[in-house]
Amino acid sequence: MFLKLFKYSIRDVARSKWLIFYGLFFFLLTEFLIWFSSDISRAIVSLLNVIIIIIPLVSIIFGTIYTYNSREFVELLLSQPISRASLYDSIYLGLSLPLVASFLIGTGTPLLIQTSIDPQILLIIMISGCALSFIFVGISFAMALSFDDKVKGMGFAFIIWLGLSVIYDALILLFVWLFGDYPLETALILLSSANPIDLSRIMVMLKFDVAALMGYTGAIFQRFFGGLTGIIYSLGLLLAWILILYYFGKRKFKNKNF
Amino acid sequence: MIKINQIVKKYGKVTALDGISFELQSGKIFAIAGPNGSGKSTLVKIILGLVKNDSGEIYINEEKLNSHYQYRKNIGYLPQIGRYPENLTVKEVISMIKDIGDEDESYESDLIDEFDLKEHFDKEVRTLSGGTKQKLGIILAFMFKKQLLILDEPTSGLDPISAGKLKKLIKHRNSQGSTVLLISHIMSEVEELADEIIYFLNGRISFRESVSNLILKTGGKNLENSIALFIKNGLNQ
Repeated sequence: MFLKLFKYSIRDVARSKWLIFYGLFFFLLTEFLIWFSSDISRAIVSLLNVIIIIIPLVSIIFGTIYTYNSREFVELLLSQPISRASLYDSIYLGLSLPLVASFLIGTGTPLLIQTSIDPQILLIIMISGCALSFIFVGISFAMALSFDDKVKGMGFAFIIWLGLSVIYDALILLFVWLFGDYPLETALILLSSANPIDLSRIMVMLKFDVAALMGYTGAIFQRFFGGLTGIIYSLGLLLAWILILYYFGKRKFKNKNF
Repeated sequence: MIKINQIVKKYGKVTALDGISFELQSGKIFAIAGPNGSGKSTLVKIILGLVKNDSGEIYINEEKLNSHYQYRKNIGYLPQIGRYPENLTVKEVISMIKDIGDEDESYESDLIDEFDLKEHFDKEVRTLSGGTKQKLGIILAFMFKKQLLILDEPTSGLDPISAGKLKKLIKHRNSQGSTVLLISHIMSEVEELADEIIYFLNGRISFRESVSNLILKTGGKNLENSIALFIKNGLNQ
């Protein structure tokens, strides 16, 4: 049953014009950065900085709008002989996979064709983009399922995005400034581990192995774990984020009154 | 066919259903009526498993409903406002429900002709008018022969000709053995279709009576008038 539902769910999402713009945006952005940056490392760093803002933002907006709009559709399907679990899976994957695909095609194609990028770096960038898509679609689902009021659900989802992508870093800086005299390594690693956007950024930077680009927390990760262990640690945590949000949303969905 | 026992549902402090109990026998057309917010739609949603009740039980064909979903194979449902995946075409939505229903006999092609949906077949759902969406809902609800049909304001948004066709279809399916549960605000429609009326008021059943008896006992001109008289005076007997 899941496959049947998934087929229609993905067909519905894949036709949305948003998704084409989204892919096109990444394509043009990557092209632009490749052409106008003096070397590929700079292009990658700039690309990464845009990716970690845009993917969460678009996933959150697209995810909440889609979830609220598909409410009646969900009602229709739930009145059919279908289990809530397989319906949730088909909607979650039907939404996140097309987003992931747009990103992969939009960013991956120019990087693969026009640059001699290290395949391992490319892989890590692609993995962080995909992980962020799944995580923020998960957050948007959790919010849209927790609040019946559209404005509230979208508002909270947006605040979470703003918090994780902008305010969080500012708070970390404030923290470092206030407690700079104390040993902060463990605390900072814990703080960064709790933010998927930080984790994705650090993961790519660790692979890059250029200390100057790493930022404060990246350098700490490098010292604490070393390159490879740091990457595996970040990857594991990103996966945990994906799974926790997925199961949280699924539980909400199973017990929800439609 | 359906036995409903002491169903209670609260949304926060608001009690939507306050210990409702009744039984519906097979093969009849039942109408649930009542003012807005009296708990009609909540009850239907509980029967369909869309809303979870706080307490009480529902049995369909003597089988108690819990969290399983296979029982819905026996139910056709027409929601009050049908909204469907916006980017799919009419054809795709129909084939999706057909695909999910997975039954040997289906009647969608007759229904498509009957309700003139052929010309909209390749249009995406978001481009359809409200009435055409309602027609699509009718095709989906009536595509298979079901033991139970739950129809929530079925004629809303339909032109008079299509509404007439739908009423004929409801009677036809009922004559073939389907039990129908109809929720409607339009009393002339209830009078025309239903055998019995169950009237909800503030989450409780105010009365349950056969339509003809109600009119006879209250001495009203028609069903609408009878209900008004009943609420005012009770039964004259």
